[in-house]
Formats: sequence, structure tokens, C-alpha cells
Amino acid sequence: MSALLTIDRMSIAAGERQLVRNVSFSIAPGERLGLIGESGSGKSLTALALIGLLSDAMMATGSILLADTEVVGARERQLVALRGPVVATIFQEPLTALDPLMRVGRQIGEVVRRRMRHDCVSTSSQQVQARVLELLARVSIPDPERLARAYPHEISGGQRQRVAIAMALAWRPRLLIADEPTTALDVTTQADILKLIGQLVEEENMALLFISHDIPVVAAAVDRVAVLKQGELVEDGSVGEVLQAPNNGYTRSLIEAARTFDRALGRLF
Amino acid sequence: MSLTPADTPQPTAISVRRKIPLSLIVGGLIVGLHLLAGILTILWTPYEPTAMVGGRLAEPSIAHWAGTDRLGRDLFTQILIGARIALEVGSGAVLVGAGIGITLGTLAAFATRTLDDVFAAAFDILIAFPTLLVAMLIVTASQTASLFTAVLAIGIAGSAIIARLTRILVKRVLSMDYIVAARVAGSSWPSIVFVHVLPNIWPTLIVNLALQFGLAAMAESSLSYLGLGAPPPNASWGRLLQEAQGTVYTAPFGAIAPGLALVTLVIGMNLLADGLRAFADPTRRRSR
Repeated sequence: MSALLTIDRMSIAAGERQLVRNVSFSIAPGERLGLIGESGSGKSLTALALIGLLSDAMMATGSILLADTEVVGARERQLVALRGPVVATIFQEPLTALDPLMRVGRQIGEVVRRRMRHDCVSTSSQQVQARVLELLARVSIPDPERLARAYPHEISGGQRQRVAIAMALAWRPRLLIADEPTTALDVTTQADILKLIGQLVEEENMALLFISHDIPVVAAAVDRVAVLKQGELVEDGSVGEVLQAPNNGYTRSLIEAARTFDRALGRLF
Repeated sequence: MSLTPADTPQPTAISVRRKIPLSLIVGGLIVGLHLLAGILTILWTPYEPTAMVGGRLAEPSIAHWAGTDRLGRDLFTQILIGARIALEVGSGAVLVGAGIGITLGTLAAFATRTLDDVFAAAFDILIAFPTLLVAMLIVTASQTASLFTAVLAIGIAGSAIIARLTRILVKRVLSMDYIVAARVAGSSWPSIVFVHVLPNIWPTLIVNLALQFGLAAMAESSLSYLGLGAPPPNASWGRLLQEAQGTVYTAPFGAIAPGLALVTLVIGMNLLADGLRAFADPTRRRSR
């Protein structure tokens, strides 16, 4: 089976500065890849580049093949066709990723309606509403009807992230990008959201690109791990390989740091 | 002591009750009063506005609440009609200004960097000219002084400030994560503008439009005072002020009454704008 996403020697530059250098990796359909690195290592830039959303000041070179479409240099029209059916994203900070002045239900409804139009299904507002409630129930939100009427600032961080996941899920994308989806949440909520993402990815048979700086979190969510250091890929292998026998000194130090931190907290991974 | 369910704070407060700010109430009352007066004149006025019904330059009395002018016409009637004209010009000018300003401002925010710079510079240059001067130029250029040209002139003259504000607001919203999220979810730019951008800049914009309304009413009076507003049978406050100028020492009320009407409308609009500021944005839980 051919890969869903193939990144080949991709570099991202802002003017003279190289932010990401010669990164290559691929994701097969249904595969779960973790992208690890410190802040500033280029993880999120890589994610933005592969959906064609780098800011105008930045330039990507090389090749990004997403569902047989070349993203580097693609027209906005081609990209819009990819966003949704092929790839959806969950962001780090769910409060800013939701429109503050739109009720949650309508926000999900916008995506549902677009999906229905895309699939050439007739859209009545009752159908949209029913699908919104179904999605909210799917992401384990109690009392979906009440929540659908709330504004994003009126609900908790964990619930906001669930809403964001519901919006991503509305498309049933082939690749789900989760950009530090648990970083802004407290530890217990983190575990719930991770479990939810894992469960949905499996049920919907989506591929997952999980971006995080938190090794234990990544290890729990993915099959394969790639490590970015200052814009360069220094490691790529299965979770077991990389965590048990890291090739690179940087990866070793990352894992060691996580272990030390865990010992201090008294938990093990 | 046990907590009853009613005492337990809800984890998700769905409806946060907002206190209606005092300025919104007072401003709304004042503007509402002007509005009522304006609408009333369409159906009924105390006297014929052009009929000479009393002595010349009469003091305020029961029969003539604001006295009479130097031709013996009832001033109160003319002030009521003036309210209608001020509101007509105000709303018309704000509509024209908002139409031009919001469109140009949004276009500028989406334009390429060079074009955006050109837009921004153009807005700034236009704003550097006093609104009234621009409005006077437009009226003079059109060579007709009518209610319609006044609306158009004041609207166009005020549009630059709305355009500049819109451009900045749109740019700020466009940099938000939820716009990226909407793009990731496959929204096209036009739908992002109407679904996310305009609703999010609206709270700030509506406040500014209310302020513009007050300024437009004042600009209308200024134009009429200079003889560039609505022509004579229309009793504009500006024209009443201008007519009362010659007799201001002998019959001061002829100037005080329309002045008071204008001042209260502008204050009312400003209070309304201030109240809307706190009220229009659902993310603001409570006004300070």
C-alpha cells in the first residue's frame, strides 16, 4: 500500500534563516507517528507546511506528497480540497482555536454542513443538528444539547478540546494531525483526551501525526517516533526501538530527562 | 451544613447573566426620545412648521414650548422636525460610511503587502483632512445642497475612519488560531469572512458606528449652519442655530433650544456606544 503522506527532503526557510532542514518521513494509512522535539525544533512548522498553511514570510522546499497531491507550491484551491476530507488538525490551545463569538453547536455545524455538501447530501438544519449532537456524544461530552448552546469561554478546557476533536472528526479525515493536543490541559484531563484520541483513531482507522515534546505522552499514543532537533530529523523508528535503544545522543538526553522527571514524580513509563 | 444543588457552582455556566450597563439605558432613553420625536413629525406636529402662529421672538410658553422665531413660527415644531432630519442624515451617513468603510477595510486586510500599504496610506491621508471639510468639498462639487447630498458627503467623509478601523480589526482576527482552524477544516476565504471575521469585529465596529452616528448628526448641523445642508423648508438644527444667531442677545432661547437638542442627541449616542461596548461582546462576562 502506498503511503498516505510522504515528506521528502523538505526544508522551511524564513528569509535567510533555515528553520527546518531536509526532513524526510512518511506515514502509511492508519499508521500513528509521533513527532518529538523541544519547542522551536520545527515540529509545528512541519505540520503547518504539510497542510499548506505556512505564513507568507516562510517558504517550504522539497516535496510533500499528501494523498498523491504535491502540497509544496500547490494552489489554494487544491489545498482546500485536501483540508477536511484528507487531513484535519487539533490544535494546542483549544480556547483560541474556537471562534469566541460562535456557539459550540454552530461551530461544529459549519463543518458538518460543509462535509454534507461535499458528499452531495442534502442538508436540513435538523440533520445537521442531529449530526452535531451525535459527534458531541462521540467525544464523550455529557449533556450534548446543553453544551451545543454554550460559547467556548463558558466550557472547560477539556471540553473545548473535545469540541475541537469533534470538529476534526466531522470530516472523518484520513490523517489526523494533533499538535500538542494535551499541553494546555491538566494531567487527568490529558489522560482522558489521549485515550479519546487513541480510541477514535482506531475506530475510524485514521492515520495520526502526533506532535509533542512530552515523550511519555507520545509513547502512549503512537507506533512510530520521529525526533526533530533544531530543524533536523535525528531519529525515526518504532516506539520500542527509539525509547529502548536511541541512536542519537539528543534522543538519549530527551529520554533521560523524561525518566528523571518521572522518577521525581514517582511514575514510570 | 450541606450544600443544596442550587448552591453548587455549575461546572459549565451556560448562561451568564449580564448586567445592562447604565450608559446603555440612559443613552438608549435619550436616543429613543429623539427617535420618537422624529417619527412623530411624520404623522403630526404641534403646529404647521411654516405657519406664523405666534408673536415674533416670543418667550417659551405653554402654547409655544420653545418660543417662536423671528417670523413667529413655532420653534418646538421645528426642533422636532430637526430631530427627524438629524436621525435621517445620521443613519444614512453611517450606512454609506459603513458600506464603503467595511468593504475597503476588509479588502485592504486581505490585499498583498504593497497594496495594503497603499490602502493604509490612503486611509491615513483621508483621515488627516477634517471630516467637515471633505463633506463641504463634496457638497460644493455636486453643486446641489439637498438632504441626499448631505448624507452622501458625510458618509463618504466618515468612511476612511471606519475603513482604517476595519482593516486593523480584520487583520487581528485573521491572525487568530480559529481562522487557521477554519482553514484547516476546508473553509474558503469568503465563508471565513462572513462566518468568522465579520461577527468577531462587529462588537468593536458597532461601538464605533454609534459614535460615527453622533458625529454625523453634528456634521449635518454644521453643514446646515453653513447653508450647505438640507435647503430651507427642512428645519435642520444647524439652520435654526444660524437663524437665531442675529437675535441671540435679545432672544437667547432660539439658540439654546436647538443647541440643547443637538447636544443631547450626541451625548445620547456616545452613551449608547459606551454601553454597547460592554454589552455587545458575549465573552465579556460582566461590566466592571
